[in-house]
Amino acid sequence: MSNPTSGDWAVLRWLAAAWRYLRAVSGDDAYDRYLVHHACEHAGEPAMTRKTFFADRQRQKWTGVTRCC
Amino acid sequence: MNKLFGILLAVIGGFALGGIALYRAEPINSLWIIVALVCVYLLGYRFYAAWIVSKVYLVDPTRATPAERLNNGRDFVPTQRWVAFGHHFAAIAGPGPLVGPTLAAQFGYLPGTLWIIIGSVLGGCVQDMTMLMLSMRRDGRSLGQMARDELGPVGGFAALIGTLMIMIILIAVLGLVVVNAMKHSPWATSTVFATIPVAILVGFYMRSLRPGRVLEATAIGVALIGLSVFGGGWIDQQPTLRAMFDYPGVSLAGFVIVYGWLAAILPVWLLLAPRDYLSTFLKLGTVFLLAIAILLMHPQIKMPAMTQFVDGTGPLFTGKVFPFVFITIACGAVSGFHALISSGTTPKLISNERDVRLIGYGSMALESLVAIMAMIAATLLDPGVYFAINVGGGIVGATPDAAVHTITGWGFPVTADQMAKLAHDMGETTLFARTGGAPSLAVGMASIFGSTFGRGLLSVWYHFAIMFEAVFILTTIDAGTRVGRFMLQDLLGHISAPLGRTSWYPSVIISSSLIVAGWGYFLYIGVIDPNGGINILWPLFGISNQMLAAIALSVSTAIIIKTANKKAYAWVTGAPLAWLATVTTVAAWQKVMSVDPKLGFFAGADDMAAKLAAGALSADKAAVAPQLIFNQRLDGWLTIFFTAVLWFVILDMSRICLRRLRGLPVPKSCEAPYQPTKLEGVEVAAGLHGALGSH
Repeated sequence: MSNPTSGDWAVLRWLAAAWRYLRAVSGDDAYDRYLVHHACEHAGEPAMTRKTFFADRQRQKWTGVTRCC
Repeated sequence: MNKLFGILLAVIGGFALGGIALYRAEPINSLWIIVALVCVYLLGYRFYAAWIVSKVYLVDPTRATPAERLNNGRDFVPTQRWVAFGHHFAAIAGPGPLVGPTLAAQFGYLPGTLWIIIGSVLGGCVQDMTMLMLSMRRDGRSLGQMARDELGPVGGFAALIGTLMIMIILIAVLGLVVVNAMKHSPWATSTVFATIPVAILVGFYMRSLRPGRVLEATAIGVALIGLSVFGGGWIDQQPTLRAMFDYPGVSLAGFVIVYGWLAAILPVWLLLAPRDYLSTFLKLGTVFLLAIAILLMHPQIKMPAMTQFVDGTGPLFTGKVFPFVFITIACGAVSGFHALISSGTTPKLISNERDVRLIGYGSMALESLVAIMAMIAATLLDPGVYFAINVGGGIVGATPDAAVHTITGWGFPVTADQMAKLAHDMGETTLFARTGGAPSLAVGMASIFGSTFGRGLLSVWYHFAIMFEAVFILTTIDAGTRVGRFMLQDLLGHISAPLGRTSWYPSVIISSSLIVAGWGYFLYIGVIDPNGGINILWPLFGISNQMLAAIALSVSTAIIIKTANKKAYAWVTGAPLAWLATVTTVAAWQKVMSVDPKLGFFAGADDMAAKLAAGALSADKAAVAPQLIFNQRLDGWLTIFFTAVLWFVILDMSRICLRRLRGLPVPKSCEAPYQPTKLEGVEVAAGLHGALGSH
């Protein structure tokens, strides 16, 4: 996808930002971000697979208080 | 520019508040309330919250947050502030702010509305933001750990026990709300049941089929749940299928108990996690839709500003407007539970100290906006209809004619025909005595959605609203039982080491069963109570929730005294603490000491015991009387226990503060040392700058 910059593309840019926001806030892009983090901090070591990463993340999330009244 | 904006807000807000105050004699439009509220929140956010973070907590944008220092790519992750805001709001938003205002509407719209506005701006938002700030400065420590570090082991233990007890009461009361919404309603029951296989399907999808594709899985799940609302309507039309989903309260309570137990011991990916995704999306989507619909429709409020029930004779629950409006609104204004979220999960996501104000103060302001919407949905109904739905048959009379006679006698005219037509429109057989708040909220929401998006689908909107509340509540039941299990295992670990191992299966089964038995008991008693049960359980929940808030504010006050530049700033948390301690203690005192059998737990138990002994109870009431008597006494002792824990923590806090002021040694405040940040705004959660992250 091209990267629209001109004013005519403002709506598209907004939609793209909204989509990125939705992915970030729902955790849909968590693995992508993990890979970036892993490549920066632990270069050379094998990264977790997508499946392992999400299983691990879920287990971690549900070990504390995460939901309220 | 900022000053001009502030003055403008103050003028508009003052105008709207004045409007609310002046229109007392005739119906008022809900738009006044919304405008007043939004102005007050913006002022609170712009000035009060900004003053607190800069003067009291000395926010330092150059200081590295734990998310940066301890970044592990998993729980410690520097997150763009609007994303962290979304996470935090989704975590604190629960069914409490929907139920509390609905019940408090028996006093009229004004007392509850004022407390939601004032309580959140000066209390709830401050508590959430403070906890977030303090926990963030302590590498994301939990409320319990901070209480132990800052007050000592006894304060920490009190916080832990208090949290565990409130969890049990909370789950029971929410279970009761969902049971009362499904009772003898095949449409509601089948729709809510259908959400379980849908959640399991979504769980498999995210785990095995397409790992981690959260949005795809959620979209499929939400679509299926939408279909199940229509499917429930179809089932309701089939005589044989209809009978399969027509259950009395006790059976439904049994289902909820078994469900909660299974959800606590099964792996999270199967039921808990997928249900949570679905409920979060439904929750945010519905709240957003409701806000738009209220703005478009801006309904008239039909409930008077204040009803005669401020004198304490209210039929939903007994007790004067002071202190019970505060206890009843609970989470919509100040919620102790939020302190658990604000310490622990969210602080590990914050990328810059500056963001604390938006995430902590802002999320709670939004949450109390949800509470106001629930208040509007309850008060736009004819008051007669509101009382007919929300008051138990034991109080107004078991037959429709008796009920409308009693309610009309209070000065809130309603007819049996009107109720029958309403029930028919909503696709239910009856709406009388559907206590718990969910059905009346659903009727209010259906009227709002119906008149905004088309009246033809009233019954579908009604069941959508019921399903939305139920999904929400079942998620809290799942998650709460699991958290309760962890806390109990933590406690049991001190007695026997293997019991403390969270992965040891016998310990999982034992501790889960104990927690489920705890809330299951209160749920069962609530269901068999002919007065609807909610009138006993909700005040108990409110008291325990406000008690937890007071504990969080005590810890905060001690920390401010220890660390702030000016000790006098302690009033920021000290003032709401004093208010909550007063309200909670007065309410607890009345629930324990009152001789009015409708108000006092012990008086109620004694009164029923006397009637039972004299043979003055009908056969069905006599059958359940011994259990109700025992339960009221137990509730009385629990209230005493809550109050004792609260004052224990307050005294412990005062002791620490006095020692500090006298210059005596106190437990050291465990703030992590300063390290400069290396992050720049743009690096955070790459790609989110632009339209949404312009700062």
